This record gives sequence, C-alpha cells and structure tokens, in this order.
Amino acid sequence: MSPANKEHANPRFDEIREKAETRKRAFKEAPGPKIHIGMATCGIASGALETKDAFEQMLAQLGIDAQIHTVGCIGHCYAEPFVIIDHPESGFPPIFYPEVTPGKANMLTKLFLAEGDPRFEHILGATEKNEMIPWVMEFARFSQEKRVVMEKCGHIDPEDIYDYIAADGYSTLAGMFQRTPQEIIREIKNSGLRGRGGAGFPTGPKWELAANEARDTKLVICNADEGDPGAYMDRTILESNPHQVLEGIIACAYAIGAHKAVVYVRAEYPLAVRIITGAIQQAKQLGLVGKDILGSSFDLDIEVFQGSGAFVCGEETALIRSIEGFRGMPRHRPPYPVQSGLWGKPTVINNVKTLASIAPILKNGAAWYRKIGTENSPGTAIFSVVGDVVHPGLIEIPMGVTLRTLIFDICGGIPKKKKFKAVQIGGPSGGCLPEDFLDTPIDFDSLTQAGAMMGSGGMVVMDEDTCTVDISRYFLDFTQKESCGECTFCRIGTFHLLTILERITEGEGNEADLKTLEQLSEDIKNGSLCGLGKTAPNPVLTSLRYFKDDYDAHVEEKRCPGMMCRPLVAYYIDLEKCARGCDACVGCCPVEAVFTTSNRKKGIDQSLCVKCGECMVACPPEYDAVRKVSPPQLAPIVERPQQTVKEHK
Amino acid sequence: MKDLGMNLALSAEEKSLLELITPELVKIGKDRSKLIPILQLIQEKLAYLPGEAIHMVADHLSISPSEVYGVATFYNQFRFNPPGRNPVKVCLGTACHVKGGDIILENFERKLDIKEGQTTPDREFSIERVACVGCCALAPVTVVGQTVHGHMQPSKVEGLVLRARIEREKQQREKQKNESSE
Ligand SMILES: Cc1cc2nc3c(=O)[nH]c(=O)nc-3n(C[C@H](O)[C@H](O)[C@H](O)COP(=O)(O)O)c2cc1C
Ligand code: FES
Repeated sequence: MSPANKEHANPRFDEIREKAETRKRAFKEAPGPKIHIGMATCGIASGALETKDAFEQMLAQLGIDAQIHTVGCIGHCYAEPFVIIDHPESGFPPIFYPEVTPGKANMLTKLFLAEGDPRFEHILGATEKNEMIPWVMEFARFSQEKRVVMEKCGHIDPEDIYDYIAADGYSTLAGMFQRTPQEIIREIKNSGLRGRGGAGFPTGPKWELAANEARDTKLVICNADEGDPGAYMDRTILESNPHQVLEGIIACAYAIGAHKAVVYVRAEYPLAVRIITGAIQQAKQLGLVGKDILGSSFDLDIEVFQGSGAFVCGEETALIRSIEGFRGMPRHRPPYPVQSGLWGKPTVINNVKTLASIAPILKNGAAWYRKIGTENSPGTAIFSVVGDVVHPGLIEIPMGVTLRTLIFDICGGIPKKKKFKAVQIGGPSGGCLPEDFLDTPIDFDSLTQAGAMMGSGGMVVMDEDTCTVDISRYFLDFTQKESCGECTFCRIGTFHLLTILERITEGEGNEADLKTLEQLSEDIKNGSLCGLGKTAPNPVLTSLRYFKDDYDAHVEEKRCPGMMCRPLVAYYIDLEKCARGCDACVGCCPVEAVFTTSNRKKGIDQSLCVKCGECMVACPPEYDAVRKVSPPQLAPIVERPQQTVKEHK
Repeated sequence: MKDLGMNLALSAEEKSLLELITPELVKIGKDRSKLIPILQLIQEKLAYLPGEAIHMVADHLSISPSEVYGVATFYNQFRFNPPGRNPVKVCLGTACHVKGGDIILENFERKLDIKEGQTTPDREFSIERVACVGCCALAPVTVVGQTVHGHMQPSKVEGLVLRARIEREKQQREKQKNESSE
C-alpha cells in the first residue's frame, strides 16, 4: 500500500467531511423517491431543463414528496436527457431512463412514482445489481469503460462542494500536506502519467523541472481551451466535476511551490465558466483554497481566465500570450514555460484531464495507476466518439483497448447496417484511419505511429457514405482559418492546401494536384513553429495514404464515392416510382426546384437544385422515388413543362 | 476577414450602456493584461464591440486603437456587428459537418438573405457558425436564441424563422396593449 493511502487526521478537514457526510445521509434517508437529472450543457441542449420543470410540476400536482438532484454529464450522450430514479418504496433498484422528454417525465411521475409501475419499455437498465431489471454494468457501453477521471461525473452535483467531499473528494489534501513536495512529484513520476493535452508529455518530470527552478513566483495553468471543433470532454469535466480538477491544481501548486493558479477556459463555455468559478468560491469558503489551506501554511489563489476562442491559444505559449493581453501567437521554445512562462515566471501548464487524474493517483497510489492502461501509456483515455455509431458520447477506456473494441463493442457499431469506412482521431491535428487499423491499440505511441494522434480526443466514426476528401477539406478549412499567421508555411501553405482540396471536391482537380498536396504538406510540417502548423496536414496526408481511391475517383471520374461533395452529386426522381399527385417533395424544397411533369409526376430542375437532400427524406417510403447519383451526369434530364411554371406562381 | 461594421450608428440605449462602463474601467485599472477582460465586459453589456468602444478602451489603456482591433479581431469571440434579437448559431463542429450542417447554414442564409456573420437590417436575426455546442448526438444542431434545435433539416429552417417572427409580433402586440391600458 502506498503511503498516500493512509488516512491522515486533519481536524479542519475532518470537520468538513463530517458535515458533508451528514448532509449526504440526510439526503439518502429523506423519505420519498430521488430523481437525478443530468444537467451539463449536453443535457440542457437536449431539453433537461424542460424535463426538470415537468417533474417539478407533476410532483407538485400529485403532491408527491420527492427530491430532485441535479448532476453533471454521465457521458452517455445518446441517452440525453437522462434521469435516474431511485424509488426504494417501489421495491425496484435505482433505474436509468434515457431520453426523458417532459411527456415521459409526466408519465413516470404518475405511473412510477405515484403508482409504482416502472414502465419497463422505457428503461435502459438498473444502476445496481438486482433480480428484476438488467444491471447497466452488463452492457458493454458501461462495463468496458474504466472511469478514473470521469468516475464521479454524472453522479454528483457539480455545484455543491459537499457532494464531492461526501464522495471522498479532497481527501488527498490532508495526507499530501504531510508529505514533501518531492514525494508528491515522485509519486506522479512513478505513476507514469502523461499529459492528456495531446502530446503526451510526462507530467511528473514536467513538475520536477518547474520545482527545480529556484524562483520565488511560480504559476500553474489549467488548460481548458479545448479548441477541437468536435471534442467536448474538458468542458464536460469542468461542468460535471470541477472540484476534482481543483484538487489536482492544488497538488500541482504544492508540488512545484506555486501560489497562484489560472484556469483558462473558453468564454464560449458559459456554463463551465460559471461552475468552475462557483467551485473555486466554495472551496475558498471551506479553506481548501486560499490562505493556509487546511492549516498547512500553504497558500494558493485560483483564478479563472476566460479565453476568447482561438484554436491556437490551446498551444501553451500562445495561451500565455493571450493571458498577457496580446494576440495569441506561439513563440519559439526553449525556453519552455516551466522555465519562463506567464509573466516570465516558471509555469506548469496541464490539461484538465491530466489535473483531474492527480487526485485518484494520490489516493490510490502510483502502482494502482500503473496497472491501468499500457506500459508506456498508463491510465485511461477519454474520447468523444461521434458520427456514425449507435451509442455516441464520452467514453473513458483504459489505454491499450483497440479501436475495434471501442467502436464496435462499446459504442455499438455502425447504425443502419452500413459498413465501416474510416475513423478520424485527434481532430484537426489527427488523421483518418481505415479498417486495417481497427486492431491498433489506443495509446499515445501506437496512434502516432499509425499517422493519427491522440490529440484532443475527438473521434469521428464514418460509414461507407462518407467522403474522406471532404473530411480533410473540412479540417483544413478549420486550421486555415485558425492559423495565427505567424509562419509563412502555415499561413499560406494551408490556404493552398485548402484551395486544392476545394478544387478536387468540386470536380476540378487533376493528377498533379495530388502530388502538390503531398509535397506541400511535408513543407508545411517542416516550416511551422508550433503544433498547429506541424500537424495541420495530418488529415490530408493520412487520407491520401489510406484512401487514395477516394481522391482518384474525384480527380479521374469526377465522382464522389461517399456522395458528400455536393458539386459532384445530383438528385433525380425516378418516374417509374413517383406517385401521381403526391406533393410531398414539392413543399419541402427550399428553392422550388421540384416541378410537376406533364403527367402529374415530379421532376427536379437541376439548375435550381441546391442538393440539400430534403426531397429524399420527404418522399414517402412506399414510393422511395428520389435517387442520389454521382457523377451528376447520371441523372436523367426531365424538362420542366412551360405551364407548370405559371401554375406555381 | 471580419466585417468591422464601423459605420453603424449607436442607439441611444447603447450610448448610455457604454457610459455606464466608464466607471467600471476605472475599477479594473490600466494594466495591459486587462485588455481582453475589458473587451469581454463590453461585449457582455452591448453584445458587440462598436467602434466607439474600441476607441474608449484604447484611450483607457493608452494604446492605439489599431492595437485594440489587432487583439479583438484575433479572437473568434468578439464581434463588431450587433447581433440580431434572435441570434442563429449553426453548429459546424465535426459531427454536425458530417451530417450536413453546411446545408442548414445555407438555408438560413438564403431564408434571411444575409451571410454568416451578418445581421438582418431589422436587427431581428443574425447568423453565426459555431464549433460543437456539445450535443453531437443530436447533429446537425442549430441554436436559435437560447434554444437548441437538434436533428435539423433544411425544411425546419423556415418554421424556426417564422416562429421567431410570430413570437416577436405577439410580444409587440402585448407591449402595445400594456402601454395603451396604462
Ligand atoms: C494548436 C495546438 C492546440 C492545442 N490545444 C490544446 C487544448 O485545447 N487543450 C490542451 O490541454 N492542450 C492543448 N495543446 C497542447 C498544449 O500546448 C500543451 O502541450 C498542454 O496543455 C500541456 O498539458 P499536458 O502536459 O497536461 O498535456 C495544444 C497544442 C497545439 C499545438
Ligand atoms: S458538432 Fe455540432 S454539436 Fe457537436
């Protein structure tokens, strides 16, 4: 057992914990059912506020005495808004209900809370093992995850510090202050923890470097900039369990000897800003942050800085510039921030997930952490898996799990019986991997070797109807806009890459373009200062390497195999199948491109059509008359009769 | 390039809001590192950064207006046009892109006859593109005002615009009724 594991008496903390436990007991023992509702951004976006209102109204109307407990995000995005109802009197275990609309909330209040019928058809599972309802841990989406960072997310109220403390939160502090900073650093070094901000730099050695700087003022920055347009785990952690991050920040500050810390979070994440600000306030009130923390004579102030939204500001030196009030442009390293960071002071910058891993490590010991994951990448990885999977959401897995397990077992595979085509990992800095790579274990080194990258943890799964050229174009469009303009290759090179990709997706590309793409990509990688430019060509390079067929089809046949590139597709109506007199597609067309033919069937005016695909959705399945083709010449031309134009006017 | 929109005149209400900010600036102090928090404060109050505000901040921090513009235009958060009463934010995050978010954006642009980053002349609507609003499972997603609309379809666009317009008319009618009954 590691020394961290011992209980350490600290009268001040014991008092706080006592209070937290009393409150928790009171909540548990209060009569009546308890309703837990997920209220992070994702839940609210899916209507959790309305769901909560519905519960409250219905409970009041029926005079039921129940407690509503708002919690954070549990990571099961496909199930939002989710509700867990703990209704012991009914004889059922706590039950997890997915997609609880206000209507469902009303129904559950009436039928389950009042009458004791849990409505089996709406249940996802029970959150405890029992005889009546399948336990959620029997599902791969639950059982194959390993929650370290997100263990408490979705179970505690992020806006109530006592909730966290009752769940054993802040319990590492008392013990930590009895150990020397060197011992803490050694523990983190032994754990093998690597930074979760993308590059995987070992955290312990980083802290050690900062600790060894003989300077009075040192700083800690928590990097919650999260610029990847498809990743949202850092925000979710801040929104669902801010105190675990603060606990990590306190440990880091103590280890390196800093008395000031900054949480850099995007202003575009208003809920995260509010919750972390409130959390700092609460921690201060209890003496867990501020002067003389828990009587240890260690002081630490934590501030929130609202980032203004620029992808490059996630890069540490750019982030520092932006806190200093300037344009967020990266600078050359060395000196590294651990030597000369914010205001020229030694600064440790760590990602949210890195810092949130600290408390579990200190609590359970380095050896415990090492047992999770792989030799070179211990611990867990968090991915936001989106796109064409059955169960999208935030997923925390031990490092070393294969992509196949993650996509097919945990996330339920590809919906609608379609075939897997590619998985994009690491957002704008990452790459697209084909089926052959599905057995790649997920860890820092294997992914980099395959040409992708852990990066931000964004993961987009794509089925056969996806165009990898278009995805590359999408990411290039993003990096080109976000390039800060400092390095010529990044500024102008990404612009040219984008122009070429646009040309290809419009069917104007040629053989030579493919060569230029490759050459230019290498040049941009070599000619850029920071990680943005160095990694921006990754999406292009990997898709060129693994999906050359896609490029060839665009260039040689002017055809988009995934039928995503709109200039290369056309919609037409199969006159054999179209039903006379049906008008479903006419009303839905946003540009009035659908017309009635002389025999009262429908045709599409290709010159007006914007290829939104709406008519295809609108066409009743029993006719199924709308066809999508690529290249567009495959669509038969149907003349628009003169008089129908008048008729429409 | 961001549209700096410098020729729009400030409304009386905006002028007085801006004046209220002056004492707050004194409180914040003249430290250069306060530039971004100051700009955020102004945008929070006025919903955008009018030219007058930029000059005010430049004077306050004793730096040139072009330097303030330099910083403000660098970041995506700052806008130089007043947003509409119903800001439309079309998500073009990765998941929404794959599900055709750009088609939704185009539909809003066509329906409202403005481009992304602009505001309708009656200041009723403005269109913005945003990256991942955090509910990718509902892709494609659009946020109108405070409400998130998931599983968007091009044909839902017209309904959303219409609904916002009707709400507005209803509000105005009620306002008139209240005023006349007073
Ligand atoms: C273009 C670019 C964007 C980055 N964005 C982020 C980000 O959003 N969040 C983050 O934690 N790190 C980001 N990083 C990595 C940081 O520079 C830095 O390595 C990291 O915050 C260190 O924390 P860690 O050691 O905990 O990983 C980015 C790097 C680059 C080059
Ligand atoms: S990409 Fe649109 S909500 Fe995530």
